[in-house]
Amino acid sequence: MEDVILEMINITKTFPGVKALNNVNLQVQKGEIHALVGENGAGKSTLMKVLSGVYPHGSYTGEIHYKGKLCEFKDIKESEKLGIVIIHQELALIPYLSIEENIFLGNEQGKRGLIDWHVTTMRTKKLLATVGLKELPATLVTNIGVGKQQLVEIAKALSKEVELLILDEPTAALNEDDSNNLLDLLVEFKKQGISSIIISHKLNEISRIADSITVLRDGATIETLNVKEDHITEDRIIKGMVGRELTDRYPKRDVAIGDIIFEVKNWNVYHHLHSERKVIKNINFHVKQGEVVGIAGLMGSGRTELAMSIFGRSYGQKISGQIYKNGKEIYLKDVSQAIDQGVAYVTEDRKQYGLILNDDIKQNITLANLKKISKNSVIDENKEIVVAEKSRQQMNIKCSSILQNTVNLSGGNQQKVILSKWIFTEPDILILDEPTRGIDVGAKFEIYNIINNLVKDGKSIVLISSELPEILGMCDRIYVMSEGNITGELTGKEASQEKIMKYVMSK
Amino acid sequence: METLKQMFKSNIREYGMVIALVSIVLFFEIVSNGVLLQPLNVTNLIQQNSYILVLAIGMLLVIVAFQIDLSVGSMAAFVGAISAILMVDNHFGVVPGILISLLIGGLAGAFQGYWVAYFKIPGFIVTLAGMLIFRGLTMTALEGQSKGPYPELFQKMSNGFVPDILGGTTIHITTLVVGVILTLIYIYIELDHRKAKQEYNFDVIPMQFLVAKLVFVGVAINWFMYLLASYKGIPNVLILLFILIVFYTFITTKTVVGRHIYALGGNEKAAKLSGVKTKRIVFWVFVNMGVLAALSGLVFAARLNAATPKAGTGFELDAIAACFIGGASTAGGIGVVMGAIIGGLVMGVMNNGMSLIGVTIDMQQTIKGLVLLLAVAFDIYTKSKQS
Repeated sequence: MEDVILEMINITKTFPGVKALNNVNLQVQKGEIHALVGENGAGKSTLMKVLSGVYPHGSYTGEIHYKGKLCEFKDIKESEKLGIVIIHQELALIPYLSIEENIFLGNEQGKRGLIDWHVTTMRTKKLLATVGLKELPATLVTNIGVGKQQLVEIAKALSKEVELLILDEPTAALNEDDSNNLLDLLVEFKKQGISSIIISHKLNEISRIADSITVLRDGATIETLNVKEDHITEDRIIKGMVGRELTDRYPKRDVAIGDIIFEVKNWNVYHHLHSERKVIKNINFHVKQGEVVGIAGLMGSGRTELAMSIFGRSYGQKISGQIYKNGKEIYLKDVSQAIDQGVAYVTEDRKQYGLILNDDIKQNITLANLKKISKNSVIDENKEIVVAEKSRQQMNIKCSSILQNTVNLSGGNQQKVILSKWIFTEPDILILDEPTRGIDVGAKFEIYNIINNLVKDGKSIVLISSELPEILGMCDRIYVMSEGNITGELTGKEASQEKIMKYVMSK
Repeated sequence: METLKQMFKSNIREYGMVIALVSIVLFFEIVSNGVLLQPLNVTNLIQQNSYILVLAIGMLLVIVAFQIDLSVGSMAAFVGAISAILMVDNHFGVVPGILISLLIGGLAGAFQGYWVAYFKIPGFIVTLAGMLIFRGLTMTALEGQSKGPYPELFQKMSNGFVPDILGGTTIHITTLVVGVILTLIYIYIELDHRKAKQEYNFDVIPMQFLVAKLVFVGVAINWFMYLLASYKGIPNVLILLFILIVFYTFITTKTVVGRHIYALGGNEKAAKLSGVKTKRIVFWVFVNMGVLAALSGLVFAARLNAATPKAGTGFELDAIAACFIGGASTAGGIGVVMGAIIGGLVMGVMNNGMSLIGVTIDMQQTIKGLVLLLAVAFDIYTKSKQS
């Protein structure tokens, strides 16, 4: 029998009004990779916060046994002392400190309050070698990419002599290469006896590296699957997560595609800070009515920059090129002009660029088109309520009422609020930038249905996504971007992961 | 009962503020042996705090837009000086004198707004510079001397009262009538609001509690008016404040511009990507602050009947404190006009009350500082409890 490193028994945690965890059990063996899956709001992150002491002992009920001992952590420090280290979804690095400063932040090497920089640098070099990151210890964290930052986080965890590493959505912001590196690293750690708990929505990654999988749903443990003994398919995991079989992850649609409605020609954009660096290089593309056009490519290939520069010049400088709608040239000098011309852009980062988190659902939905519910610049609040209420029902936004602040909504519901906002501007073309990132399977399916309904209503969609299955499952036509160029164009029928990757890699 | 508890919890900040104000009033009423709420003192309270309240209204918009304005005290003094030069030295009429002064305030605000909105210099720095610039200009314009007296009509703005057109002799009857009318309007608005909410199936407070609330507020309004009526009636400056409060409450809660200010303060990037013209909004928030600073300067000058080089010193801090005591968020995007007013009144009543019971000026500062700290601490505590 293998050793059990961690056992959480009957964990129950309540927040005002909701039971986030209800008698959850979790058992992790020594030296295994244990995946924790479940829809958003299923309680995965909460469970990990209970484990690491973010929610101190006493704020939950149940028992935690770590290495055979009963633990009652009062804060993170106590759990870290025993080798339990959590890496949160949002990276907790300080951008303007160097890699070495970040790694030893709160654990500074030295004596009597003085830092010994030689030891710090030496140890950092060793750690960086372990995680396979080729950067100087003195490099500022802000100057390295997200993928490398994630490695710095892991190096930081290693510096604390970690025995149980918890990663909350570690690959959500990473491209395929970086994700693979990271996953390989976890497998490497496993050989050295470090156990990991990984929370992820990416089922392909989980089925690749996990030894066992615990499925949570609505705050309760549903099952623990043993990957080594049984053959576990992705569909099998999904079934556990949603409690039903999703026969098709991408709903079918049957829409007649019309003429070209939107066209961008000779589009050039320079970096918003470095005026000599070209980010978008002479791009041409078009969208037909009723069409879902995908833009695939790695992160940093210029997809978001392309979309934002088109959307009222929200990104970049020295922008040149033409935009045509229904064959007529249009000028989108700022966001309000873009909205007036029927272009909408749903941002990649919901919390930073999408929502006013302190405002309620209703105010967020109407923000981009207050004109429609106001007269002489005075808002008709009754109309506003009607509009928001209609969106809530149509989009199936789960909330106590439309007066609830958006900060408390789950990721999927936040995304539905943002989609409602843009649909309310009555656009002809919707650019969706990673619309399903960090959203659980059930909500993803709902978003896909919304997309299908939109094209059914004669609207056109540009879908930017890092998830190839999503691009393949949803798009009529696909452009592939790489380093600011469009390197390929495929129809939905002929496209495959291999073909797209070939274009992604070409320069 | 459950829903009532819930509603109280979600509105704890608003109720908390009113309760705090009422308790402070009661406390000083008792320890001052009933001097605080004597008609004369109540009238004084209003007149003494009017210029801070005017500033607090403008400052609220600035703070909601996630900015700060440190220059308003100097700006008030500067505009006061200008108005004295116009009306005292050059015998301008009162109306053109006031209008030109307000215009100059607006221009001064535009000057600062330009640097903040279009040049991306933090408001803290721009208005810190403005604080020095306008103080210096005030000293120069007045050559270090006070200037007065103003025309009588101008003084009336701050020191005058609404005449009793209904001809009361021992008591100001017009004031009482205004009180009754205000009460009726208030009841109508509350009931209308409740009806609209019910139509959309939102939670409403149970009828008996609404009645209790209406009775409470109604009694408060009429009792307050009775106090005023027993002295000289409604001070003119109270009318001015009332108009400003109604106007800015309307702007912040009912209009597109108001919504845009809150969106901008809550999340500038998201607001911008939703088509809010963020630069333009910031610019106009500062212009508006400039005009209200000018108005505050005029009210102050009219009350002293002189423009002085030291006028407005520390006003900015009182105005900012009023907003934060009144529940505005230090992170922007949250705050209401009425909150800033109540915050200003809390400070005003404390000033007045402490003077009445003989607390030294030096100690008053300390106590006010502690109140500000506690108010914001309470705010952050309740917020962390909610999430």
